[in-house]
Amino acid sequence: MRFLFKTSYEQDLRLFKHGGQVFWYGLLMLLLLAAPFFAGEYLMSQLHFICIYSIVGLGLMLLVGYTGQVSLGHAAFLAAGAYTEALLQAKDVPFLVSLPCAALLAAALGFVVGLPALRLKGIYLAIATLAFNVIVEEVVTRWESLTNGNSGLHLKPVSLFGLDLGGDAGFFYLCVALTVLSVLALMNLLRSPTGRAFVAIRDSEISASCMGVNLAKYKTLSFAISAALTGIGGALYAHKVTFITPEQFTLLQSIELITIVILGGVGFLHGAVLGAAFLIVLPQLIALAKDLLPATMGGSGLQSIVFGLVLIVFIIFEPLGLYGRWLKIRTWFELFPFYRAGMFRRQKSYMKSERLR
Amino acid sequence: MLAGVAQGCVYALVALGFVLIYKATETVNFAQGDLMMLGGFFALTASVIWGWPYWATIVFSVAAMAIVGMLIERVVLRPVLGQPAFTVVMITIGVGYVLRGLVTMVPGWGTDTYTLPTPFSEGTFKMGGVIFAVQEVAVIGMTAALCAVLYAFFRFSKLGVAMQATSQNQLAAAYMGIPVRRINMFIWGLSSGVAAFAGILLAPVTFVHSNMGFIGLKAFPAAVVGGFGSVPGAIVGGLIIGLVEAFAGRYLPEGFKDVAAYVVVLAVLLVRPSGIFGETARKKV
Amino acid sequence: MSFFRAENLGIRFGGVVAVDNVSFEVKRGEVYTIIGPNGAGKTTIFNLIGRIYPATSGRLFFDGKGINDLLPHQVAGLGIARTFQNIELFEHATVLQNLLIGRHRHRRTSLWQELLFLPSARAAELAQREAVEKVIDFLDLAKHRDSLVAGLPYGVRKVVELGRSLATEPRLLLLDEPSSGLNPEETDDMAFWIEDIKKHLGVTVLMVEHDMNLVSRVSDRVLALNMGTVIAEGTPAEVQASPAVIEAYLGKAA
Repeated sequence: MRFLFKTSYEQDLRLFKHGGQVFWYGLLMLLLLAAPFFAGEYLMSQLHFICIYSIVGLGLMLLVGYTGQVSLGHAAFLAAGAYTEALLQAKDVPFLVSLPCAALLAAALGFVVGLPALRLKGIYLAIATLAFNVIVEEVVTRWESLTNGNSGLHLKPVSLFGLDLGGDAGFFYLCVALTVLSVLALMNLLRSPTGRAFVAIRDSEISASCMGVNLAKYKTLSFAISAALTGIGGALYAHKVTFITPEQFTLLQSIELITIVILGGVGFLHGAVLGAAFLIVLPQLIALAKDLLPATMGGSGLQSIVFGLVLIVFIIFEPLGLYGRWLKIRTWFELFPFYRAGMFRRQKSYMKSERLR
Repeated sequence: MLAGVAQGCVYALVALGFVLIYKATETVNFAQGDLMMLGGFFALTASVIWGWPYWATIVFSVAAMAIVGMLIERVVLRPVLGQPAFTVVMITIGVGYVLRGLVTMVPGWGTDTYTLPTPFSEGTFKMGGVIFAVQEVAVIGMTAALCAVLYAFFRFSKLGVAMQATSQNQLAAAYMGIPVRRINMFIWGLSSGVAAFAGILLAPVTFVHSNMGFIGLKAFPAAVVGGFGSVPGAIVGGLIIGLVEAFAGRYLPEGFKDVAAYVVVLAVLLVRPSGIFGETARKKV
Repeated sequence: MSFFRAENLGIRFGGVVAVDNVSFEVKRGEVYTIIGPNGAGKTTIFNLIGRIYPATSGRLFFDGKGINDLLPHQVAGLGIARTFQNIELFEHATVLQNLLIGRHRHRRTSLWQELLFLPSARAAELAQREAVEKVIDFLDLAKHRDSLVAGLPYGVRKVVELGRSLATEPRLLLLDEPSSGLNPEETDDMAFWIEDIKKHLGVTVLMVEHDMNLVSRVSDRVLALNMGTVIAEGTPAEVQASPAVIEAYLGKAA
């Protein structure tokens, strides 16, 4: 059993709670840094995607998990980042400039989406963001002079400070660096008044505003930051797939992004990374399983069924997501043999009407 | 323009099914379109594979979907009673994925596109100087008939009144001896049956295939425009969306038709979120 | 110059007049209580002051400044804090985080300082923590510091609610039924705290309350409301003896 004795206010501010965390995360970083040397091309490609979707997942987690908003249209911000990057690179704008531009444009778009969010909640906000996504997708498709419509845009590999980061290793380090920076930025936010304001908005808007939290400011800020992170993910995504078309940023993509947050665990930053990893790994597992199943059960239908089933099973049996399950397992080991069965049980409540939120 | 009304009827029916569930359980059912799709496939099986007549097909499909809907409620939604709306929505999205996947894996269904034979010819007829397409008139007529049946059901039958009670106040209904959970199950059954009906009406336009349910997404703008939680609102909203699309397709450049519904819903959400018939409620602190 | 003043305050919800032509003044440093039967409009007045509802008539002045057109968070920024009758805490946060959110109006860091967690942000955080610890000491919440609010008993939550509003360092504190749901011992504690708030923290208290013992014990002046209108005002003893008040609570003598 590990006891954490609090002896100073500084302790609560620290990013790593105790030495054990430093060790394990350090080990993780070492493994990641060494990965290009022993992992094959396929695995590296998967890792690229995991990083990219982690960044997007972090953005979405901030909005959904920590500020309590809804977004079924985040693929629109992904598209904003991807297309900005593609267009700026075509004009030979250096990556150091184009990436922040992608983030800024996505943030501006996020701000715009955040404005109606001030008046809309729950399902209304979900439908508004859904509509936004569909409209953006259509605009991108039709604005052929800018985006080349359905013919898509090509991207060249990333070039930073003259280094060609197009290869597996270079691009990987770039993605990992951006992921780590995103995590740190969010952790810093969450231990500051801004992060607390977000959580306050999630739990009780009325009392948040009575405590001095400017709802309009913080809601739009949350959307903007979330969109900015998603935009960065979009820019990286564009470089990864090297060829972007509007069809990659549909509503289905938005739904997949949301599942990252749900499967990973709503309300935990780790959840974004775990969810992203799970989302990337799942199709591989399904492909493996396909070989074991009889021939009739092949086809794309299996992927759809498994995806849906996983979502349903997780929500019913593990609402805290992958990270929640990990927390339970870890707590079991930490408190052994004093783990109590009902420790993480949610209070079972009757349906609280969301019409009166 | 009539085509717009006919299409609007289909949207109205999907929105209706979806509003029924929302009113009773505050669950937003993102799988409504996929239920419609499954209903279309059941109809296809009865009609093409088994060779039944059209009307028997309708009865079979509606009944089969009612059972499917009740099963879904019992197995998937009952366990998550009390969880926040967002998670329940995600479950319905998961159900949608499962339904789409299952349909492609059934032998005889798969990923192909099928035509559903109907007794309504492709023909047209003239009345009062205006040309009507038989197909579209049939859709409008059958929708109207269904609405009349549902209205009578809710107003006059015991089950219908019980459903109204649970959708207004679950706790009070429970105190009156109404088995609320079972009623919720029936509401899902009813809603799925309505979805099946919508699927059959839609089949001549979009044909029956596994992605046919995506049209169901337009039911959301319909429900919002009409006013969430309002049954007449769903119908009116659906008709409005259908008409807006028809006009957009006719008078605006290409591509606007697809997004017209969404532009309208955004406008409505910004100006009057509660829609035409909706109610606004506020939390008392 | 009065510290807080309401002039001809009124609000109607559709056809229902919840508050009708209510005027009162609160002096700096006093404990002013509003009493009245249920549905008299007491909490509605709080919601009007906090600008959760817009008043349909009348004006509100805080320290000489009109507050009719402010947003709720701006009212908080002026130094008016409130507790809620039905407890509106942040359920999925710890007690400490709840109290820290109360410090929000004293935030002096910018977004970039926080994102990078510069030393200035760190110093600001530690300062906020110290301020909150004073409140925790004052209200004896130390052992609940890191507990999630969701699992706490009602009595403790009410104290956390009070603590959160104290953390804002208010000049005017609105307490909405501070003793409802509390047992006599907890009510006693609450009485001591209100007295301490008045004497040692120098905070002006505007309170809605039903418990007459508590009212008599801590209040300097009392306002009695019934059906949205004022029926009596004065010291606790005067108001309790007023025939209009007795009639409102107990009905007319037969």
